[in-house]
Parts: sequence; C-alpha cells; structure tokens
Amino acid sequence: MKTVLTISLSSIAGHIHQWLEKAIGNPTIVYLIDMVLVAVCLLVFLVLLCFFLGWMERKVAAFMQIRLGPNRVGPKGSMQIVADTVKLLFKEGLTPAASDKFLFHLAPMIVVIASMMVCAPLAFAKDFQIFDISIGVLYVSAVSSLGIIGILMAGWSSYNKYSLLGAMRSGAQIVSYELSIGLSLISVVIMVGSLKMSDIVMSQSDGWWIWKGHIPMIISFIIFVVASTAEINRAPFDLTEAEQELTGGFHTEYSGMKFAMFLLSEYINLFVVSAIAATLFLGGWMPLHIGHLQSFNHIMDYIPSSIWFMGKTMFIIFIIMWFRWTFPRLRVDQLLNLEWKYLLPISMVNILLVTLMAIMGWHF
Amino acid sequence: MSLLGEDIVTEDGLFVVNMGPQHPSTHGVLHLKVWLDGETIHKIEPHMGYIHRSIEKMSENLSYRNFIFATSRMDYLAAHINNEACALAVEKGLGIQATPRAKVIRILMGELTRLASHQLWWGCTGLDLGAVSPFFYAFRDREAINDIMEETCGARLTQNYVVPGGVMFDIHPNFQKRTKEAIANFKRNLTDYDKLLTGNVIFENRTKGVGILTKEDAISFGVTGPTARASGLSCDVRKWFPYSGYENVEFDEILATEGDCFARYMCRMAEMRQSVRIIEQLIDNIPEGDFQEKTKAVIKLPKGEFYQRVETPRGELGVFIVSDGAASPYRVKYRSPGFSNLSALSTMAKGGKIGDLVAIMATIDLVIPDIDR
Amino acid sequence: MKEPGYFKTIYLSVKSLLTGMRMTGYYFTHPKETHTEQYPDNRATLKMMDRFRGEVIMPHDETNEHRCTGCQSCEIACPNGSIKIITKQEVNAEGKKKKAIDTWVYHLDMCTMCNLCIVACPTDAIKMGQKFEHSVFDKSLLKKILNEPGSKVKSGVE
Ligand code: SF4
Ligand code: SF4
Repeated sequence: MKTVLTISLSSIAGHIHQWLEKAIGNPTIVYLIDMVLVAVCLLVFLVLLCFFLGWMERKVAAFMQIRLGPNRVGPKGSMQIVADTVKLLFKEGLTPAASDKFLFHLAPMIVVIASMMVCAPLAFAKDFQIFDISIGVLYVSAVSSLGIIGILMAGWSSYNKYSLLGAMRSGAQIVSYELSIGLSLISVVIMVGSLKMSDIVMSQSDGWWIWKGHIPMIISFIIFVVASTAEINRAPFDLTEAEQELTGGFHTEYSGMKFAMFLLSEYINLFVVSAIAATLFLGGWMPLHIGHLQSFNHIMDYIPSSIWFMGKTMFIIFIIMWFRWTFPRLRVDQLLNLEWKYLLPISMVNILLVTLMAIMGWHF
Repeated sequence: MSLLGEDIVTEDGLFVVNMGPQHPSTHGVLHLKVWLDGETIHKIEPHMGYIHRSIEKMSENLSYRNFIFATSRMDYLAAHINNEACALAVEKGLGIQATPRAKVIRILMGELTRLASHQLWWGCTGLDLGAVSPFFYAFRDREAINDIMEETCGARLTQNYVVPGGVMFDIHPNFQKRTKEAIANFKRNLTDYDKLLTGNVIFENRTKGVGILTKEDAISFGVTGPTARASGLSCDVRKWFPYSGYENVEFDEILATEGDCFARYMCRMAEMRQSVRIIEQLIDNIPEGDFQEKTKAVIKLPKGEFYQRVETPRGELGVFIVSDGAASPYRVKYRSPGFSNLSALSTMAKGGKIGDLVAIMATIDLVIPDIDR
Repeated sequence: MKEPGYFKTIYLSVKSLLTGMRMTGYYFTHPKETHTEQYPDNRATLKMMDRFRGEVIMPHDETNEHRCTGCQSCEIACPNGSIKIITKQEVNAEGKKKKAIDTWVYHLDMCTMCNLCIVACPTDAIKMGQKFEHSVFDKSLLKKILNEPGSKVKSGVE
C-alpha cells in the first residue's frame, strides 16, 4: 500500500532545499536563499488567498442577500477582485494636508506586516511549516495584537475626527478581546501540554480537540471564534470602521494602494485566525478519522493534508462571513459588556473545567 | 467662528463632529453638527437647506392641476400620498368629492405606498445598524409593490396618479391579481423580517431604551406619525380626520408607550400589518363607476384658505392653500412630518452614543427632501 | 416583567442569533430565490409595463400623418415648460387658413414624465413611449422635435 502520492508539499520543499545545497554548497547562502524563497512564496500565497477570499466574501454575501454577486469579469466574476486591485493601484493616494505624513504612510505597512508575521508558525500541511517555534501559541497571541498599533497610528495621523474615534474604539476592543482569546488558547495548551504548533496538531491524531475535549472545548472554540471575529474587527464587531457611524473609521482618509493594504490585512487576519482555530480545535492538517472504521479512515488519508487544512480554515472563514452578513453591529459599550460580562467569566470557568479534565484525564 | 477654534473642540472640551451633508447614515444631504464628549452626545444641531428646491414658491406659478406633480419630489417614498393631499385640498376648495371608485383606488394606492415606504425603512434600519442583508430582503418585497405602481400609474416612485376629482386613469386590469400576489408574498416574508431583526438580541440591545421620546416632548415638538404613536400619542389622521373614505375601513391605530427606538420599530411593523389588512378589505370591493369626477379644464378656487391633512408613512402632512380666486394658488404651504420629527432629534439623542444617534435617525425614518422642500 | 437570569439570557441570545443565521443560511442554500435582474443582458426579453412613462412620443402613421392640430393645450398643461409648439398658418384644400404645427419641440432633459400633457391633448396626438435609455453625452441631443419632417396632420382630426 505504499503507492500513495509521494508528492507532498514538504517533500517538494525538501527537494528544493537539497537541490540548492548541491548547487551552491555554502550553507549560509542556501539558508538566505531559502528564506527569500519562503518569503516570496508566502507573499504570493497570501495575495492570491486574499483575492480568493475577496471573491468568496462577495459571493457569500450575494447569495445570502438573494443576489448574484460579481459575474461580469472572468468566470463567475472571479477576476472582479483583480480588476478592483488594478483600479486601486492606479488611484491617486490622497494624503490629508494636516496629517502626520510619516505615521500616515507607515500605518498600513505595519498593519500588513503584523498580520503576515502571524503566518510563521502555521502548519499548512504535514511537516510543512515556516518556523515551528517552540512557543507557537504564545507567539501568535503576541504578534497578532501588533496590528492594533498600525490602526491607532492610522487613526491618529489622519487628522480626521472619525478616524480618531475609530482608532480609539479599536484600542478598547483589542485590549478586552485579547483576554478571551488568550484564555481559550490556553485551554488547548493545557490539554496538549505544549505551545508548539506541531505538537498541538500531533496530539489530535486520535481525534480533534473539539471532540476529545467535549463540552469545555466546544465552549472554548465558540469563544475563540467570537472573540477573534471581534479582534479582527469584522462585523458584527466592526466598530472601528462602522460605516454608518464613522463613515470609514480609521481608514476614512486612506485611498488607493494604502487603502488596499488595510483590506489585504483584513483578509490575512481573517485567514490567520481561522487557521489557528482550525489548528487548535479542528486538528489542523489531520484528516478526519472515525473510530475503527478502517476503510473510511484510509480514504480520508488519501486526501492531502494541505487540503484538509485549507478546508477546515475555509469552513471557519465561512462561518465568520455568515456572522457578518446576518447580524447588526453592536454598540461600543455593548461590545465591552459582552466581553467583560459574558465571554471572560465563561472562559475563566471553562479554564478551570479544562484543567480539571486534563488532570483527571476525562478526555478521550 | 474660525475654522480652527470652536468648530473642532469647544472650550469645555467637547468634540465637534459634522455628520453630513455626506454621511452614510443621514440618508441624503442632512447636516448634523454633533457635540461629543468622547462617544457621548451632548447636543445636536441639524442644518438644512442643502436640498431646498422651493417647491412652495414654485407652486404659486403653477395651475391647480399642475402644482401636484412637484409634491412627488417632497417625500419621494410616499409620492402618492403627497399627491393625494394636494388633490384633496383642491377638491375641498372646489367643494367636490372624488368618485367612490377613485376614493377606494386612492386608499389602496396609499396603503401600498405606505407598505413600500415601511419596507424600505425596515431595510434601511437594518443597514444603519450594520446588518446589510435586510436591505435586500426589503427591496425584494418593495419591488413587487413598485411593479404594481408602474403597471397602473406608469411610474414607480413619482407616480403623479392623483388629479383633482379622482385619479388619472383607471386601474390596470392586472392590478387586483398582482396586488393579491404581492400581499400574499409579503405576508409570508414578514415573518422573515421578524426572525432577522425583531427578535435578534443585538438589535434589541441597540434599540431598547434608546432615544426615548416622552409623550410631552412629542406633543411640544409637534412630532407625528409612528414616531409619536410609539410615545403613546394618538395622532393618526386616518382615524381623527378621515379622508378618502378611511372611515369606512377597519384598522387599528397602533400605539405604544415606551417611546424608545424599539417601540417605534414595533409600531411600524404593526402598521405594515394594518396596511395589509386595509388592502385585503378593499381589493375585492372596488366600486364600479367613474374614476374621475368631471372638473373644468381650468380650475379656479374661490377666494379663501384651504387646509387638508393626510397621514403619510412618516406622520402628518398638511397642505395649506391660500387662494385669491385666480387660476394658481396665492400661497402654498406644506407642513411636512419630517421637519417636526427632526426637531426632536436633539432631545432624543442627548446622552446617547454615536451608535444610538444612528439608531434614532433610522427609527424616526427621515426623508431629507421632505424636511427641506 | 422579570429580567431573565444570566444563563437564560445567554440561551435566548444565542437562540435569536441562530434564528437569524438560519434565515440567511436558507437563502444561501436556495439560489433559486435570487431576484437579480441581469440588465442589460436581458434587454431582449425586457418588457416594460404598458403604461410605463419613458418619454413623450408622437405617433405617425404610414403616410407620415400625425394627429396634432397645434392647439397648444399640452404646452399649457406642462408644469415645467418642456414643450414648445411653434405653429404656422396653412391653407387647406378648400382655401381656408388653418393653424398647424411647424415644430413640436420637446425638452426631454426637463421632462418629469408627469403625463399631464398626454391627458390634456384633445386629439390623442401624443403618448408616452417605453424607451428609457436616454443617456447621452451632449445635453442638446435631448432637445427633440417630435413631428417628423414633411408630416402633416391627419385629415379629419379637429
Ligand atoms: S410629461 Fe409632464 S413634464 Fe413631460 S412634457 Fe408632458 S407635461 Fe411636460
Ligand atoms: S399634441 Fe395635442 S395638445 Fe399638443 S398641440 Fe398637438 S393636439 Fe394640441
């Protein structure tokens, strides 16, 4: 039964590395070239992914709203987003006269860089990770909140009252929701006993945490999805850009490519949080196995691990989009109420339960 | 005032934000100057005049047949009811009444207009509160009503279907069938409306206890329509001063007591059901006969003053005509519901958040060209 | 009314949110409900309502005759002066002088499609057309002359 596809992403990466070593020899230079290659691949992957997510969002929105969505450019409108990007590229980038120019230009870059950095420890497929850092989960939760600095910068430097209000809102929002995210991440860490992403995925080879950890894990999962929706400023928590209240929030004054960068980072963030949720709770690239159904499990094994990972991520992305196109937006104080009165106490109690479960070994 | 002084931050540290004239939630060119303390609203000053078209002055040069068309552009979501108000005022001056058939057609069209207007309002309320999907569901149902309008009146929004003495032409042969279909569909969809917004916990939180208008305030600001009825003020012109035969149909005046955004929302939702009820009563009982009373080619009103009020989806619209006996009015004055309702905005929004302001504006259902003629 | 307790609140909230999601989910999975009109792709099948008011037109029959007598009722009836009728004196077969139209000028750019001119016309010479794609790059193109060159009034129309 060893005729299974040997072409996997990790083997391709390995071959490229070996080939480089043979051709160049000097390990330092090979290492540097590796790094550049990885960066370029990641960049291309993320931009393509954002195109796809932009198209997906429009289609999901359209079908939920009894519309057709984009259907003119390319098959089923799939090239619409490319056309839009080209339009944004050619648009004049306005800078308000009274703005703090340096910060104004820096802000979108910080936002994008911060969201790209979070991709490093993600396990895209079996043995396919940019950097399997030993404190993966900690790294994620630390870096993911860097983007807020960019948003605050954008709001402050724009010299616009709406932008400032939006930025201030997002400050309050991130500070509070970071807590629930952290706590729900910890609940998985407690179970696994490691912060390393690969360990977390491997620990789910006999079942995903959402099944193995039953109720407390499901609660953690829900809290994670809700809180991360809030952290990436998506509706119904999109108070920072609240179109009907603040016209555009922190990016009111941005146009052209700089505006596109904010959009890019929004989609990268969306992907990243969904990927983390998929890794931590839904088993990452682990295929679905059901108990002792050997034949079923074998069929599942044939599906490449990268597809499993992307499939699970897309599922969570879809749920977050579903939220967005169904719910009204919360008010600023209700947003904080939800966090401090509901999500935080629940996740605290939940952590206790998880700890108890881990100690007593009550999970499967 | 210099640009860099009072207009940005006042002496006592209040933040001045100009919402509008171009702002996504002011539904047009309304300019609100808002004094903020952080996110809390201290004071609001509406500035108007961006869409003034001097319809009243224009009417002084138009004949009594012609001045009606311009009122379609006042409250463009209730064009038919505006037209009807003018026609009724002229009929009052002439001392005639529309034919029984025309009266029923007017009520039917008026209630369809009310439905369409409330549907649009429902969609916009969702949109203002951040839910985009309701807008499309509302437009789907509204489209059916617009089709009815187009088929019978010839236009979707600015119908100009009412003429002094009746209606311009008879209803289209398909009218009854189409209306019944639209109403049946709408009744089914109305439960969807409830599922999507009414019961939604986020929506309830955003609207319950927000923007409270007391009955006393409602009276002193001259607030009318569902906005006032949600505060417990009975003011339905269709009940108090029936016109066009509203005295012959059965419907309830919807009253609530809370006076908050949610009460206003519920009032409008219930009003849609009442409109459906009125339409269902009349759709099969349109009397036979002429659709238009004979009037002279050139209408001249006797010297005097004539006032007619009607209930538009937003409240009481009054048409006041002063005639000096000539073929065109000496003076025309419209009492528009939006203008008085807007004046209560500052009272309602005080102490709330910016998000509340949006919710309040959504639920008092402002139509800017109606405020500013 | 008693405020529901902490857990009841959570339960009710989640339930109401799920109700909403079920509804959007229903439409997501039922693409048949889509109401989009694919204009301008559906131009061929697009049929306007028969009373739809798109522009004022003056029908001419196959012998290039119209029904307009030049009475100018429509010009008076138009609330915003979109119609200008220039008349001339014509000598008819019996040698009597008669008023007739020279040019029937219609300003589509000002017209509000109110239908008042159509109702005012005693001879039904004009009616509302169904065309609605009126966009042009030059405003002067919207000034139209409705009577066709060489046309004359149908005999018997008074
Ligand atoms: S439709 Fe109305 S505005 Fe247009 S030409 Fe006729 S009367 Fe004038
Ligand atoms: S179109 Fe009719 S109303 Fe106008 S001038 Fe000709 S006949 Fe008279």
